[in-house]
Amino acid sequence: MTAALSAVLQAAATDPWWNRMFNFSHYGELLVLVRGSLIAGALLGLVGGLVGVFVMQRDLAFAVHGVSELSFAGAAAALLIGVDVVVGSVAGSLVAAVLIGLLGARARDRNSIIGVLMPFGLGLGVLFLALYPGRAANKFGLLTGQIVSVDSARVQVMAVITVVVVGGLALLWRPLTFAGVDPEVATARGVPVRALSIAFMVLLGLAVAMAVQIVGALLVLSLLITPAAAATRVSASPIWVPVLAVVFAEVSAVGGILLALGASVPISPYITTISFLIYVVARQVGNARNRRGWVRRPAAAAVPAAGGGTLG
Amino acid sequence: MTGVFELEHAGLAFGDRILWSGIDLSVQAGEFLTVLGPNGSGKTTLLRVALGLLPLTSGSVRVLGHPPRRGSRALGYVPQQRIVDPATPVRARDLVRMGIDGDRWGPGRHSHRARVDELLESVGAAPYGDVPVGMLSGGEQQRVRIAQALASEPAILLCDEPLLSLDLRRQHEVTALIHATREATGTAVIFVTHEINPVLPYTDRVLYLGPGGHAIGAPDDVLTSAALTALYDSPIEVVRAQGRVLIVGDDQHVHHADDEHHPHPAHQENS
Repeated sequence: MTAALSAVLQAAATDPWWNRMFNFSHYGELLVLVRGSLIAGALLGLVGGLVGVFVMQRDLAFAVHGVSELSFAGAAAALLIGVDVVVGSVAGSLVAAVLIGLLGARARDRNSIIGVLMPFGLGLGVLFLALYPGRAANKFGLLTGQIVSVDSARVQVMAVITVVVVGGLALLWRPLTFAGVDPEVATARGVPVRALSIAFMVLLGLAVAMAVQIVGALLVLSLLITPAAAATRVSASPIWVPVLAVVFAEVSAVGGILLALGASVPISPYITTISFLIYVVARQVGNARNRRGWVRRPAAAAVPAAGGGTLG
Repeated sequence: MTGVFELEHAGLAFGDRILWSGIDLSVQAGEFLTVLGPNGSGKTTLLRVALGLLPLTSGSVRVLGHPPRRGSRALGYVPQQRIVDPATPVRARDLVRMGIDGDRWGPGRHSHRARVDELLESVGAAPYGDVPVGMLSGGEQQRVRIAQALASEPAILLCDEPLLSLDLRRQHEVTALIHATREATGTAVIFVTHEINPVLPYTDRVLYLGPGGHAIGAPDDVLTSAALTALYDSPIEVVRAQGRVLIVGDDQHVHHADDEHHPHPAHQENS
């Protein structure tokens, strides 16, 4: 372990920048060391892909960003008072998620509430970090992602969160989709639209708290939005969208960690770049599909639709 | 004879503001009831009462002989057309499926594919069942909406301004489809609208909610200058030309003027 680590640390100081970004010497030894990170990344890919599908459905991208800033504030507070960072970030996330869920039923209200909460959270976080006497690398990690391996205690916490979030989504799946896509008719059919939206915000808060541990508060969107956004570009199927979103998120998270292994920079740029590239490709595929008219309609029914069917 | 939807001395008020009161109405199976009235007269509120989302402040209401129950499968609901983002990952067939089991917990084991195909077929939407809803035209969307509402084989189809923002031709297509559906399934239709003319040929009875009271009866009896003048407390003239009804009054919000739609009548004071 020490040989591999010291090789990496030495590389950090003296090597040219490309060696600091991609360095696959001692790869086998390092792989064992980051087993925890890989498991954490895989869990996060699963959660991020699935949650992202509902985030897209409910147009909550901005809320994800807002929640992650308060999650950062919570984590920074935990660091300062010496509590586990995960506990702090979960607490911050949940407070933000429930506030947004309760106060922001309508989209316009929601966005202004997020806009109010976000700088407040970020400011608090900056304050707590400034007061924290510890190493600067820990502080930086909360915002932009970890470089060090994730220990097994933290992996266990993340596994528990994963079970709660995935289990919760599975239970709520159909009414949550109904309420998100078609709130008027869902209300008419007796679906508890408002309660579901708050329940989803709680699950979203947990997912964000998890993502903050790996990619940092500023880059949470790369795993909670980008993979699902890419998936909805290429498919509209209720089965393929979540499957593709999870696959894209897994490739980004696990792939990013594997690429970053020997490097001496945080793992988040690898994750964000992979998920971005997947999105770019998916967008091209989606555009091609839109030009063809998505599905071939029988000629008899292909009446030119007034006002519909135009896409940029 | 008992109806599928019955109101007895029904009244609804928000605080001091009385929307309507003393309505006695029995809608029979297979009947087409058109609900007319200016904005803020409580047309949509009437549907919310039927759906069990809002209690009456006086009188009683019965759906198939029982008090309204939230989530009842005896009611189908067709909302007004709204803009759906083309990127929303929901196909026409998914929307219809939500009408079958969207209110159930869990991810759902059955795709109900055959039933969804059958419903799409019944409204002529089969050719675009796999197209995302946001990429359909307004008229196509409303067809899919009707298929969705029919999924629970409702005894009453509640239509809440389904013609809003459709062009004239689509309006006629959609109303003709709702009429055909009623003929085929025997469902009653309660149709809330601003636009009288597209539904006039199919309407059995009109419920007109006016500021000065309400009137119930055949279109020819309710849509008269005398009857509407009484409801509005101001001179209204009803003109019939080429099978169409035009309602003319000095009050600018009598008809057709305002396309704004407020789902919550509590916010309609200013209209």
